[in-house]
Amino acid sequence: MSSVAAQARLWYWQRISAMVLALFVVVHLATIAWAVRGGLSGAEILARTQGSWLLAAFYGAFVIACAVHVPIGLARIAEEWLGWSGRLANAVAAALALALAVLGLRAVYAVIA
Amino acid sequence: MSDNLRVKVWRGGADGGFSNYEVPRQASQTVLDVVTYIQRRLEPSLSYRFSCRVGMCGSCAMTVNGVARWTCRTHVSRVVDGDSLEIAPLSNLPVIKDLATDMSGFFDKWARAKGRFRGSTTRHDGFARIEPDSPERAAANAGIECIGCAVCYASCDVVAWRPDYLGPAALNRAWTLVNDVRDAERLERLRAVAGDAGCHACHTLGSCSERCPKAIEPTAGISGLKRMAARRAMRGEL
Repeated sequence: MSSVAAQARLWYWQRISAMVLALFVVVHLATIAWAVRGGLSGAEILARTQGSWLLAAFYGAFVIACAVHVPIGLARIAEEWLGWSGRLANAVAAALALALAVLGLRAVYAVIA
Repeated sequence: MSDNLRVKVWRGGADGGFSNYEVPRQASQTVLDVVTYIQRRLEPSLSYRFSCRVGMCGSCAMTVNGVARWTCRTHVSRVVDGDSLEIAPLSNLPVIKDLATDMSGFFDKWARAKGRFRGSTTRHDGFARIEPDSPERAAANAGIECIGCAVCYASCDVVAWRPDYLGPAALNRAWTLVNDVRDAERLERLRAVAGDAGCHACHTLGSCSERCPKAIEPTAGISGLKRMAARRAMRGEL
C-alpha cells in the first residue's frame, strides 16, 4: 500500500470521511443537547434506540466513518512525529481500523438490538 | 543615528554557534547591509551569499530573528527586537558554513517533482496558441514568478518533519507545468508530485504563502494538485 495512487486514494477517503463526520457530529451533539432536556435515563435512551433502523443506520455509518478517518490520520501523524515508515504506519492503521469498526459496530448493536 | 545594533550571527557548520557583533545603526539600513558591514569591518572570514542586493535574485535569503527573509529587502527597523538582531542560515537545509547553506537538496526535489517543461513540438510546427486568461494559464501565471530562493522551503514545518517531502517551491513549479497545456508530461508529473512525499503531505500550515517574497501562494497550487491527483486516482488514471 505504498504506491502514489494508493496514497492519493487514502487522502481522498480521509477528506470524505471528514465531511461525513463533520455533519454527523453536529447532528449527534444537537440531538443529545435536545434529548437531555429535563434529564435522561439509560432506560429512556434504550427505549428510543432499540429497534430503531434510523439510529442503527446513522450510528453504523458514524462508526464506519471513524474507522476510516482516525487510522489514516494517526498513520500520517506517526510518520511525521514518530518517524515511522509508511509501511509500518499503514499496517498499524489497518489493524486500528478493524478494531474501531468491530468495537464500534458491537456498541451500536448493543443499543439497537 | 549613533545607536549600535547587537547582532548575533551563526558561525560554523551545523554544530556551530552564534557570535556577537556590534554594528552601527544607520537610516534605511537593511539586514544585508549589517551582514556586509560585519564581513568587511569585523569578521573577514564570515561566509554569506548575496548577488543583486535589490530584491530580484533571492540569493540573500537567511533566517532573521527566527523568520526566513530576503536580507536585502528587510529593513533593520522592521525586524529589530529592541537593538538585537539574530541572523542564521536558512532552516531545513544543511549548513555549509556560517550563513551559507547547501541548496542542492532543494533543487534535487525540484527535479524529482519534474519541475521542468517538456515540449512535444519542434521549430517547424506552428506557435502554440494559449489564451492568457484561460483558467489553466491564469493558474500557471499565479505561480510562475518563483526564483527558487528557498524561503518557503525553509519556513515549512512539513519539510522539517518529513525529509522526503518535496516542499512548496517544487510543488508550486509542478503546478505551473501541470497547467501548461503545451507540456507533454502532465500526467507523469502529477504522478511525481502526488502521494505522501508530495502534495498530499501538505497540511496548509501556510508559512510558505505568508513569507514568499514574490507573493506566490504555494498552498493554492498544492491544493490544486491535491484535487487533480485525487480525481485521477479515484478514476484509476494515476
